[in-house]
Amino acid sequence: MSRNARLAMFGLAGAGAAVMFVVAVIAMPHFGATHHPYRDAALPAAVRHATANVVSSVNFDLRAFDTLGEETILLASVIGVAVLLRPAEDETERQPLGRGRTLELTRLMGYVFLPVTVMIGFITVAHGALTPGGGFQGGVVLGTGIHLLYVAGSYRALERVRPERALEGGEALGAGAFACFGVAGAFAAAAFLGNLLPLGTFGDLFSSGSVLLLSTAVGVEVASGVIVLLAQFLRQALQVREETQE
Amino acid sequence: MRIYAYLVAVFVLLVGAFGIVRSRNLIHAVVCLSVSQAGTYILLLAIGYQKNATPPVFGSPPPKPTKSITDPLVQAMTLTDIVVSATVTALLLAIAVQVSKRHGTVDPNELAALRG
Repeated sequence: MSRNARLAMFGLAGAGAAVMFVVAVIAMPHFGATHHPYRDAALPAAVRHATANVVSSVNFDLRAFDTLGEETILLASVIGVAVLLRPAEDETERQPLGRGRTLELTRLMGYVFLPVTVMIGFITVAHGALTPGGGFQGGVVLGTGIHLLYVAGSYRALERVRPERALEGGEALGAGAFACFGVAGAFAAAAFLGNLLPLGTFGDLFSSGSVLLLSTAVGVEVASGVIVLLAQFLRQALQVREETQE
Repeated sequence: MRIYAYLVAVFVLLVGAFGIVRSRNLIHAVVCLSVSQAGTYILLLAIGYQKNATPPVFGSPPPKPTKSITDPLVQAMTLTDIVVSATVTALLLAIAVQVSKRHGTVDPNELAALRG
């Protein structure tokens, strides 16, 4: 299809979609209105299970089964990227050249913020049931934070602190642990992903029952997954070279 | 003002789709898809918003039943949405790397035939 024909077709379809969408939103409850039936159901449920962060309660308690699917998508995507980006037959892996040029200031800030960022990642995972955050958010902070070492230092420094084999295991462990907690919940609480732990006091670090367990499992999986994922792209950019045919 | 936020969501969604349609670079198309998905985040958060309401995160002791809190369900769904968007972006970028290696181009208009 030619470019102009494609644009004309999109113009037609886009205009149609826009009109239908506008018709739909006119009949929706107004923006900022007070009618929220799901909130009215979710709040008492979160308070019953002593979870101060209701968003985490929804993710790891009320809709925990959906989160199992969500983290499986993540696992599948990491595996997919690893398969797609493995070196082909006509490619070789090389040791990358030494460090590139880095500004002194970049290096200083990188080394200053590396421990801070990693610590914030751990805090975000651990307090997922109490404050904004949780396994997904904290996992991403952890997984990307460690790459400050690459930005500030060199690729070799990153390779030394990044045990890729162990992280591949960590990724599987996190995903598997989530499912195992689910099965354990089926025995302990008569429902898949039911509550396993004592609920504790509302607002304490060790409250909210299984939310803390599941959030930590997801944190392990996401942090390892992000590092493994970025490792594939970095290797592709820095190490893999096509063999020149002579 | 009643439906203004919803209209922003539609606009962002369609702008992203428009970018994909007239894209000349696969990486650009992947970024446009992310923009398009950002429209769905705006829609979800706009649905859950309530004027003068507080976020659904509490300190201790547990809160009294109240009606002035934003909807946590759509916020949790936005998180799911973001995770899915990130995984899709990663996979598409990996495919773009492969396409560039096999076909020597990242312009979707030049990718006419399938090749093994």
